[in-house]
Amino acid sequence: MSLDDWILALHLLSAFALVGAITIFWVVVLAIRSADRPSRVVALSPLFKLGSVVVVVGSLGVIVFGLWLAISLRAYHPWDGWVIAAIVLWAVASETGRRSDPEYRPAFVRAQELVAAGTDEPDAELAALCRPSAGLLLHSAATVATLLILLDMIWKPGA
Amino acid sequence: MLAWVRPHAFDFPLLLHVLGAMVLVGSTAAAVTAELASGRSPAPESLRRLAAKTFLLVAFPAYIVMRVGAEWIHSKEFPSGVSDPTWVGIGFVTADGGGIFLLVSIILAGFAAWKGKPRLGTAAGILAGIALVGWLVAVWAMGAKPA
Repeated sequence: MSLDDWILALHLLSAFALVGAITIFWVVVLAIRSADRPSRVVALSPLFKLGSVVVVVGSLGVIVFGLWLAISLRAYHPWDGWVIAAIVLWAVASETGRRSDPEYRPAFVRAQELVAAGTDEPDAELAALCRPSAGLLLHSAATVATLLILLDMIWKPGA
Repeated sequence: MLAWVRPHAFDFPLLLHVLGAMVLVGSTAAAVTAELASGRSPAPESLRRLAAKTFLLVAFPAYIVMRVGAEWIHSKEFPSGVSDPTWVGIGFVTADGGGIFLLVSIILAGFAAWKGKPRLGTAAGILAGIALVGWLVAVWAMGAKPA
């Protein structure tokens, strides 16, 4: 196995981490919308934390190892149209994903406060924080951009 | 860079295979985390129900899509009479073995969630976690293609 084979494997594992994290966030986004009690929101914290770590590893891995391959392999170049398209889509996915995080974080903070205060009754403020329309929109945009990267990587238009 | 240059006829089956596998890995990771974190959670029952639903409604359909895509692209890339390289063998072993682990996990997670059996939930989380490790080895093999 050559170094490029290893880099491709790491690039692929990073891509799995990125899409895997987006899937984890979708599980959280859908579950938190129907969470009617603070304890149920707090219960989702481990999933949210897992997604937050995995998405950073995946995002950085795909761009670093992807650019490495584009430079290292003779068949491809960083200035190829489909590579540039992937970089632009990666930037869009990263920024929209990053902006969706603070839309959901206040729900966890409020739920923690309520649980710490010994309250586990449905709370109107918490219910509103669990359904941020901007957060849903941003996460959807990050998902679409990431799916477009996957299509671009497989079809390689112009390659 | 997900794959080297290949005929465009391979692209759609490859997309099905890869996307199914990615969602399978993410949803299984979510369900495993929910099962294993439920013991220390303030709402263990809701986490176990979430894990069971994630296994059944996301991971299982994703597994089917991944496996159908795998057979489809395998029939194109390695038609009958062509022997499989090692990395394809790794893929089949981890996909089929992991599929059995996933099925058992779905059953255990269902009993854990709806019959109130926390230990079955933990067992489902551990089994699915083992399958997840196998699938990640398969991802490495698909990329590195060891001889």
